[in-house]
Amino acid sequence: MVESPSLIQIKGIRDGLLITLDGASWPELVNAFVKNVDERLSFFQGARVVLNVGLNELRVAELSTLRDQLSERGITLWAILSESSVTETTAQNLGLATRISKPQPVDFKVAPEVLPEDAAKWVKGPLRSGGRILFEGNVIVMGDVNPGAEIVAGGSVIVWGRLRGVVHAGAQGNEKAVVCALELVPTQLRIAGEIAVSPKKQAKSQPEIACLKDGQLVAEPWHK
Amino acid sequence: MTAQVVTIASGKGGVGKTTSVANISVALAAQGKKVTCIDGDIGLRNLDVVLGLENRIVYDLVDVIEGRCRLRQAMIRDKRLPDLYLIPAAQTRDKTAISPSDMVRLCDELRQEVDWIIIDSPAGIERGFKNAIAAADRVLVMTNPEVSAVRDADRVIGLLDAEEKGPAALIINRLDPAMVKRGDMLSVEDVLDLLAIELIGVIPEDENVIMASNKGQPLALDGKSKAGQAFQNIARRLLGEQVTFMDLESQNLFQRLLGRK
Repeated sequence: MVESPSLIQIKGIRDGLLITLDGASWPELVNAFVKNVDERLSFFQGARVVLNVGLNELRVAELSTLRDQLSERGITLWAILSESSVTETTAQNLGLATRISKPQPVDFKVAPEVLPEDAAKWVKGPLRSGGRILFEGNVIVMGDVNPGAEIVAGGSVIVWGRLRGVVHAGAQGNEKAVVCALELVPTQLRIAGEIAVSPKKQAKSQPEIACLKDGQLVAEPWHK
Repeated sequence: MTAQVVTIASGKGGVGKTTSVANISVALAAQGKKVTCIDGDIGLRNLDVVLGLENRIVYDLVDVIEGRCRLRQAMIRDKRLPDLYLIPAAQTRDKTAISPSDMVRLCDELRQEVDWIIIDSPAGIERGFKNAIAAADRVLVMTNPEVSAVRDADRVIGLLDAEEKGPAALIINRLDPAMVKRGDMLSVEDVLDLLAIELIGVIPEDENVIMASNKGQPLALDGKSKAGQAFQNIARRLLGEQVTFMDLESQNLFQRLLGRK
């Protein structure tokens, strides 16, 4: 097998090594990478690694296998950079970071104008503690959003279930964004630049919608 | 024989994983099953203490994995139940001494020999946890009726889903029916409401558990205490029996629970 050196690029960065895998199928890339590591084990041992996987769409099994292979060699995989949203979700599910610098206030790769206004990300719930959804459009969650989970959306957020985690709608400053849920009891709610916490539990739960009115975050029962 | 591998995990420490592994293993072995329990908490082992087998350790899990002994040599046979074995953790090493694939290999070898392999996961969601779940066919998530423990259990359930190890089943430990009645403790329903997974056991608060742990005599051996019975019930449910949930003074709650699916 001829190993093309261009498949793997290694670069030192502040947070460890940035490794770019591109230009071949995923199994080939992994093979080449692992071989590269085995040849220079002393260099890689103890390294913290960020992988840039480009457009590869990776599932849990593929990423977790690679992570295990690396950890057997004393390498910590802590972040995945990807242009595929499937891979990003996978990485987030596995508790890996998907960006390497501290997040800027909120910086989506796609400018909001590029995205049609009605684009929405469909999330099958429940979204559990530690789960994080970051999307430039609207977000719809089918199921509960538990405490410890976080949704950051450029547009509005609809939760068909109980919302008990943290939600930031209109994260790029869209003050028209709304948040609605069958039961709206978030740990913290943000719309554009405003922040609010849920008032103490009400007697009866009902679907509610939260929006900005005159710069104030208000929640109202849903009758329409 | 092809063993089922069951891991007990919780995220939060101190909720009762080790005690449960000991008692569920004892209860399975008492039903005539061949059981091996594995202490996954390398560096902080104590499953051996709870089982009262501490003074018989010669080889441990890391010795097997690093090839210093054969698997058989590290399996300590229980003195009371001849079908119960323990593979203890190493005390002088840490979680990085083994990897998830080591655990898979070890369990694959062990599967031929026993009916059940019960693995005690360490607290946390890092390497030790990943080692402990790597080989699992089934994961039981343990929590106490406390907000912090439930939060961690939720995180663990999410991670199990992500690793395609779900669906997990839930054990609620140290439930105090009197406190629930007063509204000072989360009820079984409250916990299930948030975690939304199948319930496999509810263990009441019982001081006998601590006494038994200190003596190295797992409670499920005699089964007179409520907690001991609860552990036996979990074992029977693992074996596929339909066992109704025990009445812990709050009939309505449990009746409602039974109606729930």
